[in-house]
Amino acid sequence: MTVQSRSPFVSVLIPAITTAIWFIILCGIIYPLLTTVVANVLFPYQAQGSLITVNGKVIGSELIGQNFTAPKYFHPRPSATTKTGTTDKPQPYNAAQSGASNYGPTNKKLIDGVKDAVAAYRKENGLADNVLVPVDAVTASGSGLDPHISIANANLQSPRVAKARNLPLTEVQKLVKQNTQGRQFGLLGEPRVNVLKLNLALDQAKSK
Amino acid sequence: MFLNILQLVIILLIIGFGFVVPIGKYLVKIFTDEKDTILERYTYRFLGINSQEQMTWQRYSQAIVLSNLVFVLLFYATQRLQDFLPLNPDKISPAPTPELAFNTAVSFVTNTDWQNYGGETTLSYFNQMVMITCLMFTSSATGLGAGVAVIRGLSQNGINNLGNFWVDLTRAIYRLFLPVCFILSLVYVWQGIPQTLEPAAIASTLEGVTQTIARGPVASLETIKNIGTNGGGFFSINSAHPFENPTPLTNTLEILSMLLIVPALTYTFGTMVKARRQGWVFFGVFAALFIGFLVTVFPAEQIGNPLLTQVGSDQTLSSLQSGGNFEGKEVRFGIAQTSLFVTATTAATTGSVDAMHDSLTPMGGFAALSEMLLNVVFGGKGVGLITLIMYAAVTVFLVGLMVGRTPEFLSKKIEAKEVKLVSLALLAHPFTILIGIGLALVWPKALDSLNNPDAHGFSELLYAFTSVTANNGSAFAGLNGNTPFYNTVLGLGILLGRFLAPVLPMLAVAGSLATKPRVPKTPGTMSTNTVFFGVLLLASILIVGGLTFFPALALGPISEHFELASGKTF
Repeated sequence: MTVQSRSPFVSVLIPAITTAIWFIILCGIIYPLLTTVVANVLFPYQAQGSLITVNGKVIGSELIGQNFTAPKYFHPRPSATTKTGTTDKPQPYNAAQSGASNYGPTNKKLIDGVKDAVAAYRKENGLADNVLVPVDAVTASGSGLDPHISIANANLQSPRVAKARNLPLTEVQKLVKQNTQGRQFGLLGEPRVNVLKLNLALDQAKSK
Repeated sequence: MFLNILQLVIILLIIGFGFVVPIGKYLVKIFTDEKDTILERYTYRFLGINSQEQMTWQRYSQAIVLSNLVFVLLFYATQRLQDFLPLNPDKISPAPTPELAFNTAVSFVTNTDWQNYGGETTLSYFNQMVMITCLMFTSSATGLGAGVAVIRGLSQNGINNLGNFWVDLTRAIYRLFLPVCFILSLVYVWQGIPQTLEPAAIASTLEGVTQTIARGPVASLETIKNIGTNGGGFFSINSAHPFENPTPLTNTLEILSMLLIVPALTYTFGTMVKARRQGWVFFGVFAALFIGFLVTVFPAEQIGNPLLTQVGSDQTLSSLQSGGNFEGKEVRFGIAQTSLFVTATTAATTGSVDAMHDSLTPMGGFAALSEMLLNVVFGGKGVGLITLIMYAAVTVFLVGLMVGRTPEFLSKKIEAKEVKLVSLALLAHPFTILIGIGLALVWPKALDSLNNPDAHGFSELLYAFTSVTANNGSAFAGLNGNTPFYNTVLGLGILLGRFLAPVLPMLAVAGSLATKPRVPKTPGTMSTNTVFFGVLLLASILIVGGLTFFPALALGPISEHFELASGKTF
C-alpha cells in the first residue's frame, strides 16, 4: 500500500489532519445542525427556550428565574449574578451572564449576607424574630437563575401577597398549590414552586 | 428522607446492574471487531487511514500526540478569529486573548474542560459547536482509545501491538458516542434544554424590566459533555444553569451519562485480558471508593452550615423543603441529587457541576478534592482504568518486596523498567499539583484572584491545580483563572496531567508488558483476582495517594472543617 512508503512521521501526520477536519465537520457541524432541525420539529417550544408569551410579548422563560421585588409578587431566591461584562456590579437574575457567589462556608460575607437577608425576609413578611427562615430564601442559587422556591418559602410569603393584593389567603394558597411541581415521577429531585408561573397566575387571577 | 435515599440507590443500581455488563460487552465488540462497517471503510479510504496497521506503543502515542496537536492549533485559531467567523448572532466580542485561547484549546483537547471563561459571554455559537462540541467527541474517544490500547497491551503475548488509534477513534464516535448523543439530545430538548441558532431572547418581565436570556445549541453539547466525561458547560455556571439542566430527570440522566462507560470499562478489561474476575476486583475497588465518598458528601451537605442556623435560617429537611447547605445549590435538585452529582463528576473526572463546589461544606469539598487527587474513583474515559492499572502495578511491586517475590500482574513480570515508568506517572501528578500551588503562592498578585480568604482560599488554589492535573475541569469557581498567569500555568498543568501522568508512561508500560511472554502460574504466584488483592489495592491507593496529599488537604478543607466547627468566620 502507498501508506507504507511514506515516512513514518508523515504517515501519522496526514491522518491526524484529515481526521481532525472530518470530525469537525461531522461532530461540530452536521451533528448539532441535525439535532437543531429535528428538535425544532419535535419540540419547538422547548428548543427555543420555553419562552412564555402573554399577548404576543415574551415575558420570560418558564425555566429561568426573574427578579421580583414588589410585595404583591412572590419573591425568588437571592441571586448573585452581576451586570454583563462585570464581576462586581450586582444585577440579580441577569440571564445573559449566569453566576454564583462562590462564597465558602466560613466566609464572613456569606454569613453576614444571610443574616441581612433573614432580617429583611422577617420584616417583609411580618415574622417574629425567632422564626427560622427557609434556607433557600436567604441563600443564592448556583446559577443565579433558579426559577423555583421551596414550598416552605412560598407558604411564608403567601399572607404578604394576599394582603398586598386584597385576595383571600386561601385563594393565594390555592394558586401556590397549583403551581407546585412534585417530585418528577413521584421520586426524583424535590417538590418546588415556580415563581414566575405563580406570579403570572396571580396577575391573571386578578384580571379575571 | 426515604425518597431521597431511594432515588440515589436506584441510580446506583442502574449503573451497577444495568450498565456494566451490557456496555462492557458492547465496548469489547467495538474494539475487537474484525470487520469494519461500510461507513467506516469509506471513512478510512477517504481520510487516508490504513486501518490494517497494527501500532506499537510508540506509534500509538505518536498518533495521539499529533492528533491532539492539530486540534490545539486549529482551535486556537478559531477562537482568536472568532470576530471573523459566522454564527455569532449575539455579536460576542472581543475574541479570547492568546493565553485564554491556549488554555481553552488544551483544556478541551485533553478532555479536561477547565474553563477560565464564561461560555455565554465569551464564545460564539460557531465555537460552541465547531470547537467545543467537536472536541468533546474526539477527546473522549481519544481517552477511551488510550485505555483500550493499554488493555490490549496487557492481553498480548510477546507482541508490541496496541491496536490502531485511528480505528479506535472512529469506531468510538461512530458506534457509541454519536448515536447515543443524538437520541439523548432529543430527550434533553423535550425536558427543556434549548437547541437553537437564534440569538438571545429578549423578555419584558412582569415587573417591566428587560431580561436578556442567553440560549443556543445547548442540548447537542450537553449530551456529549457528560457521556464523554468532558464537563465544559455551554453557560458559565454549567449544569446548575436551568438551560443545561432543567429538571431532576435531566440531572439524573447527566449523572447516569457520566457513569455510563467508565465503570463498564472494568468489564471490558476483564473480558479482553481473559481475566473476568480481575475486572470485577477492579470494579469493586472503584465502587468501594465511590460509595465511601458519597457517604462523606451527602450527610455533610444535608446537615448544612451551623453558622447559617445561628443567623436564623432553617436548614432542616422536611416535606416542604430540602434544607441543608443551600448556598450555590438549586431547589429542583435538592441535597440528595446534588451530592450524587458532586461525587460522580469528580469521580468520573467529568467536571460538570450542578452546584457550586466553592460553596460546599468543608467535608463536601474534601471528598470532591480527594476523588480528583486519587484520580482512581472510576476516573475519566480510559484514563481512570489506566491509573488503576498503574496502582495495581505499584501494589504487586510493594507486596512483592514485602514477601521477596518477583512481582507479576496478569502473568507478566513487573520489572525495573515498568516500575520506573509507573513511578514517573505516579509522581508527575503530585508534582504538577504541588509545584503549581507553590508558584501561585509566591507569584506577584496571583493571590488577588482568590474569592475567599484563609483556609478556604488555599482550597481554591488546591482545587484548581488538582482539577486541571486530574483533567477534571470542575472548579472552586470563585478563583478568577482568566489572568495570564493562571491561563498559562493551569494550561501547562493540564498538559502534564494528561500526558505525563498517566497516558504516555502507561502506554509505554503496556507496550513493554505486551512484548513479554506470559509466565506460567506457579504455587508461588500471588493471585491478583481475589478480594484480598482488592483490599491490598485499596490500601495502596489510600496510603500512597493519601500520604502524598495529606499535608495539602490539612491546610485546606481539614483546617476549614475545624474552623467551621469552632464557629470562626473570615
